[in-house]
Amino acid sequence: MSVLAYGVVAWLFLIGIYGVVTSRNLIHLVVCLSVAQSATDVLLLEIGYRSGGHAPVFVSLPAHPGPAVDAVMQALALTDVVVGAAVTALLLALVVQVHKRAGTLDPDALRATRD
Amino acid sequence: MSRRARLMFFAVAATGLAVTLGAGLAGLPSFGSQTSTYAAMLNKVAPLQRHVTDVVSAINFDYRGLDTMFEEFILLGAVAGISVVLRPLSDETRQLPADKAPERSIPPPSPAVWLLAVVLGSLLVLISLETFTHGTLTPGGGFQGGVVLASALYVVYLGTNYRTVARFQPALLLESADGVGASGYVFIGLLGLLAGTAFLSNVIGLGGTGNMLSGGTIWALNLVVGAEVAGSFAILAAEFLDQTAVIRTRRR
Amino acid sequence: MSEALIAVALVWVAVSGTAVVLTRDPLRQAFTAGFFGLALAFLYLSLQSGDVALSQIVVGAIALPLIVLLSLAKVRKDQE
Repeated sequence: MSVLAYGVVAWLFLIGIYGVVTSRNLIHLVVCLSVAQSATDVLLLEIGYRSGGHAPVFVSLPAHPGPAVDAVMQALALTDVVVGAAVTALLLALVVQVHKRAGTLDPDALRATRD
Repeated sequence: MSRRARLMFFAVAATGLAVTLGAGLAGLPSFGSQTSTYAAMLNKVAPLQRHVTDVVSAINFDYRGLDTMFEEFILLGAVAGISVVLRPLSDETRQLPADKAPERSIPPPSPAVWLLAVVLGSLLVLISLETFTHGTLTPGGGFQGGVVLASALYVVYLGTNYRTVARFQPALLLESADGVGASGYVFIGLLGLLAGTAFLSNVIGLGGTGNMLSGGTIWALNLVVGAEVAGSFAILAAEFLDQTAVIRTRRR
Repeated sequence: MSEALIAVALVWVAVSGTAVVLTRDPLRQAFTAGFFGLALAFLYLSLQSGDVALSQIVVGAIALPLIVLLSLAKVRKDQE
């Protein structure tokens, strides 16, 4: 189970970066970057998980609740998800403006200097 | 460098990264075996100290409130960046969407879609209000409620057209919601300084556990952050919508 | 029981993450990205994180595909 859990994190990160490197379309690149970013959220929550634990919400619990999972990790992951989406939107705004100027969305065809 | 050379370099680097990542992840304690002492202590102490039942909200807005303030400012900065990047350039005009055939207006969306948008939008607004205000009791709070409120606006756009949703996006309202949210957090934090203790300490009355108005500043900060997140995501969508529907390159 | 659920959720996340990267056309990728967001929300829920799952559902299934589609619409319109 540990192998599967942490393996999925490493796999998501590596495949996201692979998508960024081999991308031929800037919009595809930005979405792959968000996949790589979600790997960190999954890792945070996995570290905080406790077997047989319940959510750290102490209302309407059964008679013998088990331990609660880690609430600090959830607090970190929560803001990360929302702010990550806003930063992805910023990257997409840059892509839109690049397309206006360069006329192409292919990263290989973009040049660093203006012709 | 050429594409092939880049891929070779990536293959080598990725192997090194995979090996290091594997070694690092293997050193972690086995999945689900233990939680940190800090977290266990907070789970035990937070409901008593702050009279809240949702410990994650208490951590976000009280025990680690300063981190949330900086995350909020990241959000504010990202949206300000989007507004700057998508500003109308010197060779662009604004023109409302029009049909390509002259003398014909764009046909309105079908009544079924419009009805679905109205029902979903109203439901989403109600759900977002419930999520904001019950952040100290059940999973929810400012961040989630804010995004749900912004998505009500998206549903309105998807079910209707640009002109209808433009009525719900007065720039003054969205930008002031964003600003009030970000500065409100700082002002509520300053209440702590005025009361003689540290910045962002919980100085309003705590209320009873299980009531809606519990947690003191946690409840107030939830509302403020919700306003900011809703304003930010609505501005974000409004900028993209403007670009898609309205801004056009000036024909020479 | 919950361990089995977490295992299923992990496999679903890995498969849909791979699908997102291997979908090269951005229009189709918006849909696979929404599906990936749903898979992530299910994983977070089975890891007993209700708050994070709430954010992920709204962000990953509504906000992200919407801005990807709007960027695509803008790029297509410029190409006309």
